[in-house]
Amino acid sequence: MKLAHKDQALLDGREGAGAQFAMELLVQFAEAVGAPELIDTESVHVDGCIYKGQASLDFVEAFVQRKGKVRVPTTLNTGSINLCAPHGYFGPSDLKAASTRLMLAYAELGGQPTFTCAPYQTIYRPRFGQQIAWGESNAIVFANSVIGARTNRYGDFLDLCCAMTGRVPYYGLHLVENRRAQIAVEVDVDVSAMDRQVLCVVVGHIVGKQCGNRIPAIIGLPASLTDDDLKALGAVAASAGSVALFHVVGRTPEAKTLDEACQNVRPQEVITIGEREFEDTLRHLSTVDDGSPLRAVSLGTPHYSLQEFEQLLPMLKAPRAAVDVYISTGRQVFSELQSLGMVAPLEAWGVTLIVDACTYNSPSMREGAGPVMTNSGKWAYYAPNNLGIETAFGSTAECVVSAQAGRVVRL
Amino acid sequence: MSTISHRTLVSGTAEGATLVLHEALSFSGGVDPRTGKITDRWHPQHGALMEGRILVLPAGRGSSSGSPVLAEVLRLSKGPKAILLREADGILVTGSLVARALYRTECPVVVVAPESWGAVMKATWIAVRAAAEAAYLEIG
Repeated sequence: MKLAHKDQALLDGREGAGAQFAMELLVQFAEAVGAPELIDTESVHVDGCIYKGQASLDFVEAFVQRKGKVRVPTTLNTGSINLCAPHGYFGPSDLKAASTRLMLAYAELGGQPTFTCAPYQTIYRPRFGQQIAWGESNAIVFANSVIGARTNRYGDFLDLCCAMTGRVPYYGLHLVENRRAQIAVEVDVDVSAMDRQVLCVVVGHIVGKQCGNRIPAIIGLPASLTDDDLKALGAVAASAGSVALFHVVGRTPEAKTLDEACQNVRPQEVITIGEREFEDTLRHLSTVDDGSPLRAVSLGTPHYSLQEFEQLLPMLKAPRAAVDVYISTGRQVFSELQSLGMVAPLEAWGVTLIVDACTYNSPSMREGAGPVMTNSGKWAYYAPNNLGIETAFGSTAECVVSAQAGRVVRL
Repeated sequence: MSTISHRTLVSGTAEGATLVLHEALSFSGGVDPRTGKITDRWHPQHGALMEGRILVLPAGRGSSSGSPVLAEVLRLSKGPKAILLREADGILVTGSLVARALYRTECPVVVVAPESWGAVMKATWIAVRAAAEAAYLEIG
């Protein structure tokens, strides 16, 4: 592997012991994946803020002890604790202390305390064509697909090494020629009257299952899809499969046409999503029957955006929710909600805002029994297996009326 | 030791009984770090323990959160003695390297040469000698 002068300086410890430790790991990782060289990264999103054991914390503390500092703008992922309201934690207390320390240690290294899985909703949103090193599967797929920034799927440990060195291995999706669509996915269902978010979740789920880690070009989706719609599509595609990049022909920046998405190479495979597969997938996203009594409703996986709150608020009419309603969001959006006076009406209707964390990966919901309803494909995909919580998936409007009724209601 | 050379991803030496996996494994969500047990219920070797074994698997898989799970399982001495792969995997390399840096554990990671893969898959005991330039295996 070719090392630039600045890489060698970092490796030799001339830029400090923290950067040296990071560079040693980064070079060995780059050699393992066959990257010929390292390039500058413009930003890093650190995935590893959720405590997975003592090793998670020991690794970060090793940099704190070496007085390391990040060398590029670095955002921090959702943690296990709502640092803005620590009373909203329903897990074991030893885990609380370790999880809190993990989040704060990353901030001591110079990471921005964004604590969001949606760093693209913050001022650190990258631009088209930028080389970045991002972790967190939904953030990776959003940055690549919706923005056109370039990152591989980086994860715990590596993300921090990129931040401490400002360098990233040059391979995979950092190169334009590796970003072409390998599969064409035709959506052959009547989308005109359909809830856009439901449409995107179902298509994203099928794309994840069918494509694995291959890059799809999706045809037949409306060009008017919002960033939030595509956020929902990518999050479930990166959960049901390992999708790191998708193209929506006529909508995403590297796919004005199918030919552009495929870089004029014929796709290996063409798959069609028909009405029947669409309906089957939608049905399987719920593990309980309509009418089932609910424990809670959970929105905001990935983190709810300001636009989503603005669309939701007019839907929250009397009566108020009969069950707990949780919405996970980042602290930047939370402070915007505060300044816009939106927190009080949300809370008055029965919403608990989960900031810095997420109901999916932290014990932030009150204990209880029964299924949870969500508008998130990612939540619906993971919760039954990983959390042991039965789930009903529905549109945002269905989630609202179901919360009022205290049971699963379909519109 | 056979004269066939293999690719070292993480150096070290180890020998012991094998645990041969027939499918790729995601450490994140698929391995309990406290016990070293394969907990992925869809994996054919669900329930197997990797502690003290030479772990043979075609590839890593899935979430990039696998690195801390491997580091944690090595920290708790419930991990494999070495990992032999058919395809290189950066996630497992990172986990092994971090565990070595933090806890002085040794878990060499090697990509097996294609001509040896069949023999490695059938082996019940393997000795691994992985130096930076190349790795050598003795297959029993």
